[in-house]
Amino acid sequence: MNPISQKDYIDVAGLRKMQLAKLQELIPYEYERVPLFRRRCDEKGVKPRDLATLADLAKFPFMIKTDLRDEYPYGLTAAPMKDIVRFHCSSGTTGKPICIPATMADVDIWSDGVARCLAMYGIMEEDVLQVSYGYGLFTGGLGAHYGGEKLGCAVLPTGAGNTEKQIMLMKDLGVTAIACTPSYFLHLATTAAQMGVDFRRDTKLKHGIFGAEPWTDEIRRKIEEISGITAHDIYGLTEIAGPGVAGNCPYCNGLHVWEDHFYPEIIDPDTLEVLPDGEQGELVFTTLDRRGTPMVRYRTRDISRLQTEPCKCGRTMRVMDRIHARTDDMLIVHGVNVFPSQIETGLMKVPEIAPHYQIHLSSTDTLDLFEIKVEVVPEAFSDNIRDLEALRKRVLAAVKTIIGLTPKITLVGPGTLPRSEGKIKRVIDNRKK
Amino acid sequence: MLVKQISIFLENRPGQLAKACRALAASNVNIVTLSLADTTDFGIVRMILDDHVKGFEVLSKAGFAVRDTEVVMASVADRPGGMAELMEKLDKADVDIEYSYAYALGNSDKAVLIFKFKDNAKAEAALAH
Ligand SMILES: [Zn+2]
Repeated sequence: MNPISQKDYIDVAGLRKMQLAKLQELIPYEYERVPLFRRRCDEKGVKPRDLATLADLAKFPFMIKTDLRDEYPYGLTAAPMKDIVRFHCSSGTTGKPICIPATMADVDIWSDGVARCLAMYGIMEEDVLQVSYGYGLFTGGLGAHYGGEKLGCAVLPTGAGNTEKQIMLMKDLGVTAIACTPSYFLHLATTAAQMGVDFRRDTKLKHGIFGAEPWTDEIRRKIEEISGITAHDIYGLTEIAGPGVAGNCPYCNGLHVWEDHFYPEIIDPDTLEVLPDGEQGELVFTTLDRRGTPMVRYRTRDISRLQTEPCKCGRTMRVMDRIHARTDDMLIVHGVNVFPSQIETGLMKVPEIAPHYQIHLSSTDTLDLFEIKVEVVPEAFSDNIRDLEALRKRVLAAVKTIIGLTPKITLVGPGTLPRSEGKIKRVIDNRKK
Repeated sequence: MLVKQISIFLENRPGQLAKACRALAASNVNIVTLSLADTTDFGIVRMILDDHVKGFEVLSKAGFAVRDTEVVMASVADRPGGMAELMEKLDKADVDIEYSYAYALGNSDKAVLIFKFKDNAKAEAALAH
């Protein structure tokens, strides 16, 4: 076992004690330095000393994404600038960005999370890790990069884009692991096929570390089938650290949360009550060690569940369900709640279509128009109109059984849905609000 | 006679067919004949090219979904009743036609048709009589 993995197996009682001790340090630190947190605690009539047990955390106020925007740039910064070594920002789709100043220790804890994920996937110092996440303000690139170096991998910092060159380097340098978004990997695979490169035959690629966007089990199987690699899931978010908050082990059906650094809770998003392990709800994190921009009870908008059964691998860190849905992603079409991931699950049951699709919503005065564009796989293209119409009906049936609605299905040619750095915007919602 | 035909999938977006033709022209592949079958949402272009192998490669590289199919080329005497004779032969042999289109050929006394049968071999045998 890599020594970095030892922390994954700490006994549960010791872990709970450690978490409480860290919280009892964090809460007064935050109360003293972040006016927003202090004000909210005062409004609720809760004082830092009220935290006597882990369950007492529920007495403290939540933080939400808009807090990060409203307090931009330094309102939530708890450490002095002399201790800050790095910024990460995410722009979001509307208005002000969010900004996360981090101390050296914060960067180190984050790297530890990534490195422990990599070790858990079976990646070793001998591995050559290509980082095809974007570098810069986005946490994906630098997060995977520092984590890979911390483990001792040879890191190839390609960043996203320039896909043909990436494939050439992957071949020539004997890359064994790649970290990128699942949709970028699918784009790489398509480009490799066009270049006549077969991942199994021409590369040493064994591991894919995928995150930064929700993806389904069907996409995972598709990736493994077309490339012969093992697809690993890495979870994280800029507000908490970036990738490396949680990852899957070879046994678990979910992701181990590095809860020695990131304390998870599941709440009912409507009543805001804490739910017991085993129940599904909104995932909430408290950063136990972060000092640059600590987050107390940050609501992620991600829907998950903390599993109750211990994992066969022996790690004591709780397992959360894979994220299939983000409360923000939910669409309401004809009064029905629809998640893009449900549509994806349906589409993946039809082998003749590529794992690329786009949901279009628009409206007239009286009704919503709901269309799904799917790319036809070149090998499955029939010369016959009847076959294509039949294919369209099968796609519709596969989606309809899951969401209970009847979208218009439009078949489009391979590679024709617009991509940016290999990523297709999944939902185009032009409805009048 | 059995010939190789290339079909490509076209979305009903302006410029798609032109893009395919341009790609072929740029590689000096000549379109011998072309027919378009479409619905409101998509179309299939069927083509016979002077260089089938190269055409297939060019269109695949240009990003089209491409498929090759064997079709039967049949000539019909260009006089009244010519077509009827041909159809009678096919009727007798009980072969299903999936689609057919005319093959354009300059200054000839014969009309040429392209057929896609469910069973091309059987149809060809029937036409040979
Ligand atoms: Zn495990």
